[in-house]
Amino acid sequence: MIYIFDGSLTGLLTAVFEWFERKPGSTSLKSMMLYQPEAFRENLIVATDQEKADRVWVGLQKKLKKDWLRKFYCTYLSEIPEAYDHLFQFTIYIFQNETGAASNYGNDHVMALSKYAKSVEREKHRMEAFIRFQKTGDGMFYTSVDPDFNVLPLISNHFKNRYADQEWIIYDLKRKYGLHYNLKTVEEITIDFASEVNQKNPGLLLMDEKEELYSLLWKDYFKSANIVARKNTKLHVKHVPKRYWKYLTEKQLG
Amino acid sequence: MSFDRIREKLNILADAAKYDVSCSSSGGTRKNDNKGLGDSHSSGICHTYTEDGRCVSLLKILLTNHCIYDCLFCVSRKSNDVKRAAFTVDEVVELTMNFYRRNYIEGLFLSSGIFKNADFTMERLLLVCKKLRLEQNYNGYIHLKTIPGASDELIKEAGLYADRMSINLEMPTEAGLKLLAPEKNHADVIKPLDFVQKNIAQFSADKKLIKHVPKFVPAGQSTQMVIGATPESDKDIMYTANAFYKNFSLKRVYYSGYVPISDDTRMPVLGTQPPLLRENRLYQTDWLMRFYGFKVQEILNDANPNLDIDIDPKLSWAIRNMQHFPVDINKADYKMILRIPGIGVMSAQKIVQARKFGKLRIDQLKKIGVAYNRAKHFITCVDSPYQLKDYQGTQIKAFILAESQSKYLKTDSNQLILF
Ligand code: SF4
Repeated sequence: MIYIFDGSLTGLLTAVFEWFERKPGSTSLKSMMLYQPEAFRENLIVATDQEKADRVWVGLQKKLKKDWLRKFYCTYLSEIPEAYDHLFQFTIYIFQNETGAASNYGNDHVMALSKYAKSVEREKHRMEAFIRFQKTGDGMFYTSVDPDFNVLPLISNHFKNRYADQEWIIYDLKRKYGLHYNLKTVEEITIDFASEVNQKNPGLLLMDEKEELYSLLWKDYFKSANIVARKNTKLHVKHVPKRYWKYLTEKQLG
Repeated sequence: MSFDRIREKLNILADAAKYDVSCSSSGGTRKNDNKGLGDSHSSGICHTYTEDGRCVSLLKILLTNHCIYDCLFCVSRKSNDVKRAAFTVDEVVELTMNFYRRNYIEGLFLSSGIFKNADFTMERLLLVCKKLRLEQNYNGYIHLKTIPGASDELIKEAGLYADRMSINLEMPTEAGLKLLAPEKNHADVIKPLDFVQKNIAQFSADKKLIKHVPKFVPAGQSTQMVIGATPESDKDIMYTANAFYKNFSLKRVYYSGYVPISDDTRMPVLGTQPPLLRENRLYQTDWLMRFYGFKVQEILNDANPNLDIDIDPKLSWAIRNMQHFPVDINKADYKMILRIPGIGVMSAQKIVQARKFGKLRIDQLKKIGVAYNRAKHFITCVDSPYQLKDYQGTQIKAFILAESQSKYLKTDSNQLILF
């Protein structure tokens, strides 16, 4: 049996609800976006239903401790096709077993979630570390990103707490939405980039007059902090994989 | 302030500060509850890494590199012919605020050469902290160097604004220090360490009784030793570290492989490679002491005064103590599992949780993250292959080395791996 859901978290939780209603035996879950019909397997298209999803979520909250609810959510944000199926199987496994079953690291789905969540948390942590704001002429601190996973929901609080006295925007170019902090709350926004505008740096012409000075000072600092006698490029690249260099002011030429 | 002048100052004063390897921004507890700028991330964040692979999380600078002392191991020593510079208090405040706002850094690490005298220097450092905290509502991390010889009042006041304070032992033994910095002694370091430690204890005792006690050095104290400039053994170094962890509840001891900067004959010659692998082994030993339940005497003693260079200290210990192995993964207590080569803290915790659900097999151990090829010599689990003969420690070492050689042959000698 194959269940097909719409890719949303609500849809995924609804699928679990439907499974327990029908108990069709061994079932895998796939996202509609990626589904290719298989001739010999029966399928069911899950109709996303907020109420059913809520009941499953409430149930999960009773069975799982906070850290596992977090792992569950992170795994969902990974947007990896196989992760959806693991979430589905994991949830069924949790409901069918005594509370505490999540610490069974011998179980494949437990292990899978733990791995996915770890990658997502790592990406979240990298965004918190590697984002570099640029100050625009009107005092806004702007940055754009394209993270491997959908981590904006996870980093929102960190930046809100930390940069409470400055307005900022973090924009996800891949998923085409961003976060805007307006000194009170964080709102989701979408920006309609005119095609000729450089998205990485839409404010280039409108930068704060000191922006250049500080990015220059930071590049200088990065160079001075290096100890040439200890050069270790391998270790450097291990910590900062090359695909993140585009974020880093200190790695830009000039 | 001119563009070029501030750049020049930053270059000089960051360059002079970089030999202090501590970069940790962890242990801060400051919350942004005044709607100002910044908070502390309890586990710290590395915002970037230098090309030598070290974490950069703090703006690490000296207020000035003018110094009245002449410590041989230090680039800022009086007799060294280098360019000198000094920041104003406001320049440091502005740099910190602007770097922080752009998410370049977790905070400031401020140190200084000693100009005029200790109190005069300490006063300036204190002023920077006060301006940041009181005028700028800055809640980011501040690591402040305690200036040896500064008065108790100044040190105590600084502790109200700094998250971490540190003061470097520099050389692992008094004799080593005397050799290179005759004007200095360990007692000058111990006195302020002890003073700050007593105050931390006092403030936290008060906190239990009164609710609104201000924070005092909430991220604790640390120190640094330079390795390889003087002839101490690894045992000397780690016994000193151990004593300082115990006596002053230090959060961290840093080991900094000496980078030759002087042609004085008492020091390794210019161009000598810094002892990076040795430094790594010392850090591994430090971790074994702090997180793996090892006593320093188990790892280093009169029979083994220096760490092996070819294998890590956890493996060395296991090979010298084969009577404790093999360990049954499904029965042994957590403490013993932690001591198995190839098993880290995370894996050990997972093993202890997972085995409640059934006895563990090899494939499960691998998934949990155990480095099985290393661990297999020291464990049994449900489906361990039957071993016909007991291997000697030396044979196991040869197996593991042969294997890791093929794997690590191409990586350079200063590869940093923790177990
Ligand atoms: S007192 Fe400090 S700054 Fe001055 S020479 Fe000695 S180590 Fe260097």
